[in-house]
Amino acid sequence: MNARLVRLFASWEAVLVLLLAGVIVLNSQLSPYFLDYYNLIDSTLSFSEKALIALPMALLIIAREIDVSVASIVALCAMIMGAAGEAGASVAMLVATGLAVGTLAGLANGLIVSALGVHSIVVTIGTLSLYRGIAVAVLGDEAYTTFPSGFSWFGQHYLGGLITVEFVFLVVFVVLFGIFLHFTIYGRRIYAIGTNPDAARHSGISITRYRIGLFALTGFMCGLAAILLTSRLGSVRLNIATGWELQVITMVVLGGVGIAGGTGTIVGVTLAVFLIGLLTFGLSLVNVPGIVLNIYVGLMLIGAIALPKAIAALRRLLRS
Amino acid sequence: MTGALQRRDLLLFAVIAGLIVVVVLRAPEYMAANSVANILSNWGFLAILALGQLVVLLTRGIDLSQASVLAFTGMFLALLSQAVPELPAICFFFLAILLGAALGAVNAAAIALAGLPPIIATLGTMAVIRGMIFVLSDGAWISSHEMSEAFKSFPASQFIGIPNVFWVALLCMIGFHVFLAHFAAGRNIYALGGNPDAARYAGVSKVRTETLVYVLSGAVAGLCGYLWAGRFAIAYTQAAEGREFAIIAACVIGGVSIAGGRGTTIGAVLGALLISVLETALPFLKISPFVQLAIIGAVILIAVAVNARAETRAGRQILERSSPEGRAEP
Repeated sequence: MNARLVRLFASWEAVLVLLLAGVIVLNSQLSPYFLDYYNLIDSTLSFSEKALIALPMALLIIAREIDVSVASIVALCAMIMGAAGEAGASVAMLVATGLAVGTLAGLANGLIVSALGVHSIVVTIGTLSLYRGIAVAVLGDEAYTTFPSGFSWFGQHYLGGLITVEFVFLVVFVVLFGIFLHFTIYGRRIYAIGTNPDAARHSGISITRYRIGLFALTGFMCGLAAILLTSRLGSVRLNIATGWELQVITMVVLGGVGIAGGTGTIVGVTLAVFLIGLLTFGLSLVNVPGIVLNIYVGLMLIGAIALPKAIAALRRLLRS
Repeated sequence: MTGALQRRDLLLFAVIAGLIVVVVLRAPEYMAANSVANILSNWGFLAILALGQLVVLLTRGIDLSQASVLAFTGMFLALLSQAVPELPAICFFFLAILLGAALGAVNAAAIALAGLPPIIATLGTMAVIRGMIFVLSDGAWISSHEMSEAFKSFPASQFIGIPNVFWVALLCMIGFHVFLAHFAAGRNIYALGGNPDAARYAGVSKVRTETLVYVLSGAVAGLCGYLWAGRFAIAYTQAAEGREFAIIAACVIGGVSIAGGRGTTIGAVLGALLISVLETALPFLKISPFVQLAIIGAVILIAVAVNARAETRAGRQILERSSPEGRAEP
């Protein structure tokens, strides 16, 4: 069973690597500007923030939970940071505010899900409206644009003139999440919870504690993403980060995390992040409009999930 | 069980009635004819979509593509009315249902035949169909003067002073209720969602039932697409974008369980009514429209909490529940 699972993961990530190679070859054929170092490093800005949320989202989905309120948490954090910036907060205070608000919002999600004992998608559809609603109620049609000068470092600075700060954050957190999920007891327990919650509970794992912790972690990462996004844009408006929840979930699912829980790897999610990011970037270089890009991402999502199933079905059919 | 459901519906109805009374006391013009017409048409759209979502949720599924199907159908028919102005209104009506059903059949194929998780399949078709609208229209807006008169006539007109959208919603509601309560295929939907294994042993076809619900959900979304484009006399790529969550919220408020097998047509349309009343009442109360979203979010959470308590009280629990019941993936 275990060996078969390992083989399945290996083949899944192999598919992603192949797709990624295909996208790179295709894009470099389509546009001479694709394989330009500075273009590529700039392109990471368009997906790093979402990818930072995809990491904890992968953990949540592996543990059979989901959080569709992530984009609203980002909006809430950004709004409060914007207000703090307007009031003259320092860079350190802005960062602390963003992370604290995000963590609290995520913690609230986890506590409500646990207290009510209903599926997390229902609760987070509620907080999706609530969190963005609070942000929108405070913002109205205004915008916050005052930030201390050092704040632009997070979203606009290049380390050594070569690599964006955002991308460094992404790499660091990919490694941290990879180690956490795959090489610690906590990660093993997350898989255990997702594979069989009853068995996990009977072997002494506090599912409630893990659930609340994972939601709080997701909120924390939303806070981080909000810091990077606000710093990059330099302004906060009511439509900030709209539609991110579905893009983040797409990244996670395309990365091979099973929606039924218990399966998936950080490597897969990371590959999917680059796959979507580079496909989007390459096609936008040849002037494909953003909304049409959705068609390719959507088809890739359905195709990537359907293909292995179709192959398995065909194999069964041939054998019988 | 039926008694509990009726109690919940009555409670929801009382909340809505109380809300309306409060609004009317503060702002009597809320009951003016054009305001009521506005509430009823707003409810009509949400209720029709919520009925489609209801049958999907009953089978433990979810349909995130409804809003995209709505916008695609609206755009397609608006373009058709521009190209063939002599087409009569009845054609648009049936074409809308057919086109919606065809798009729903794509979901059905992915979910019932290929075995994709519903949330993934409809997330994908949501993005693809939304993109196809742009391809179809080249990003252009189709506005009132470009549509044929026949196209706009039915959705924009009224019957005894009430918008036709409301009457269509009422017919849909009766149709869905009769179908779910009195037809074998309708009962099978509850059976499959309530206990898939037992349903299979009882001879309920999972493939056939799932196909039916996604085609139904697409068909009503397509119907709404025509009514929407005709009533507002506009078709554009972003029409109804982000509405998917409001539809699901209407169902959840109405006591439809996301874990499948539990929920009624009355509940779903009452949930839609609560959201419609909230959405239309706030401007009358001089509450900033920007607060609307936060209030709806709070209402959803309260409704979820009330429903969760009602569900735990419904049966006596002997063993501690390890995880919230069902826990089937949406």
